[in-house]
Amino acid sequence: MIEKKTVKYIANLARIEINEEEKEFLQSQLSKILDYIDKLKELDIEKVAPTRGTFLQGNILRQDKSKKSEVFEDILKNTPEILNNHFKIPKVI
Amino acid sequence: MMKEAFKLKAADLAKEIKEGSLKGEDLFLDFKERAKQIDSSLHSFVEIYDEPQSTKGDSSLKGIPIAIKDNICIRGKRITCGSKILDSHISVYDATVVKRLKEAGLLILGTTNMDEFAFGSSTENSCYGPTRNPWNLERVPGGSSGGSTAAVAARLIPFALGSDTGGSIRQPASFCGVVGFKPTYGRVSRFGLVAFGSSLDQIGPITTNFVDCAHLLNIICGFDKLDSTSAKLEVCDFTKALVDQIKDIKIGLPLEYFKEGLDEEVKDAVEKAAKLLEKKGAKILDISLPHTEYAVATYYIIACSEASSNLQRYDGVKYGLRAKADNLIDSYKKTRRDGFGEEAKRRIFLGTHSLSSGYYDAYYLRALKVRTLIKNDFQEAFEKVDVILTPSSPTSAFKIGEKADDPLSMYLSDIYTISVNLAGLPAVSFPCGFTKDNLPIGVQLIGRPFDEETLIRAGFTYQNLTDYCKQLPKIAYA
Repeated sequence: MIEKKTVKYIANLARIEINEEEKEFLQSQLSKILDYIDKLKELDIEKVAPTRGTFLQGNILRQDKSKKSEVFEDILKNTPEILNNHFKIPKVI
Repeated sequence: MMKEAFKLKAADLAKEIKEGSLKGEDLFLDFKERAKQIDSSLHSFVEIYDEPQSTKGDSSLKGIPIAIKDNICIRGKRITCGSKILDSHISVYDATVVKRLKEAGLLILGTTNMDEFAFGSSTENSCYGPTRNPWNLERVPGGSSGGSTAAVAARLIPFALGSDTGGSIRQPASFCGVVGFKPTYGRVSRFGLVAFGSSLDQIGPITTNFVDCAHLLNIICGFDKLDSTSAKLEVCDFTKALVDQIKDIKIGLPLEYFKEGLDEEVKDAVEKAAKLLEKKGAKILDISLPHTEYAVATYYIIACSEASSNLQRYDGVKYGLRAKADNLIDSYKKTRRDGFGEEAKRRIFLGTHSLSSGYYDAYYLRALKVRTLIKNDFQEAFEKVDVILTPSSPTSAFKIGEKADDPLSMYLSDIYTISVNLAGLPAVSFPCGFTKDNLPIGVQLIGRPFDEETLIRAGFTYQNLTDYCKQLPKIAYA
């Protein structure tokens, strides 16, 4: 069973505010899912290499050249708050 | 509408357009009226456009309307991913697949409903409400591409695009009685597909038959320098695989996919499909994929870890919803609290937990290693057989609300499709029968990496022997 304080800790890492009710709900649901996932502990995987992706071809690189954006104004139209063509955010400190 | 045009194959409609007996713009308007009229009871579309976006390009499908799952960018159009957090976001560029469709002269009719960020197997997790199954309005269409499969099944659109991270094209295709194809990882560019699980996601076609499937694959497949996982391989003409001959094909039936948990009616229909292919000359062999029982657990660790990382971008800074707060961190937390639905939060929590310090080795790294075992199972099987035949889902479409309170049982409805994504393989689900309640049953064929052709050939041959694909739900005649 996952502890309540772990749920609170994850909520902070994930940057999602949750109330007491949600905390309990997530605690019970995550516990059930993690119990099921514990199935993976049955397997001996010590000598197995991890698979991070399939048919990957190594790094794909391109030249780091700057070019003028054609969608600059369209991007800003999607922004909740702007100030002089910059993203405006609430105060940091 | 031209007399029952909705019953025809897209490829045949395209021929009439080429010959001049039909106009693409008229076809668009006809399907638009049809979609507007019938979709009030299905809710398969998020948005239906008034005008076609582009009519300039050319291909064997020129002039045919198509619908796009609402997690693929269409320049100048709203994209929602079924989530409140994207708010009224307007795409600033075309996804590569959309660019290719436009260049091929297809007419985008609208966007289709989906589980929020493709998190789900029922299309109940959309902030716009659930989509209904055209065969029975009390049932789910499957998910997460349930909007696309429901729209195609009811013939509101000749075909659609979906995305498949753990079965999100194939499972809903089986619930709705249509053909859902997930190409090999790397075959179709994901540039402009909103990321869920980046090592698993793939875009694919949802059609009513294999002919249209092959034509659509021809348009969307191929290398794209804008997707670093895109495969630098020649793409053949998939319509050349539309051959009615399977004498040289060895088909494997994995024992693990026919065990307990599989509905009897589904099992019978899938076994009958195998027998029919055998009668046509294919060789049927029993095989084993011994790590199948670990696939769901492995998948949920990997997919949720990748999702929690990909969804960090929804912070209310540059686009989407922003909740009011006094400082930046609280703004993040409240934005994400208000913007994400229940299943999205659950998966972000599971993924964040799996990646967090102290749990990384126990969960994430372990899952990556089991992924290797699952991948190796397939590799060994493909030394003996050319394709693998399985059920697409353990049951036919379940009732709306039936699994809403039990996420684990919802996750298990993908048990036959998720291994394919873990191994990166191509696979397709197509109809192979109906239950006694008249719900479609789907069979899945899994192929070797980059061997989409054999799947098309076997599927095409099967469709010529049966008429399941030609059966329409009553609502299509409404």
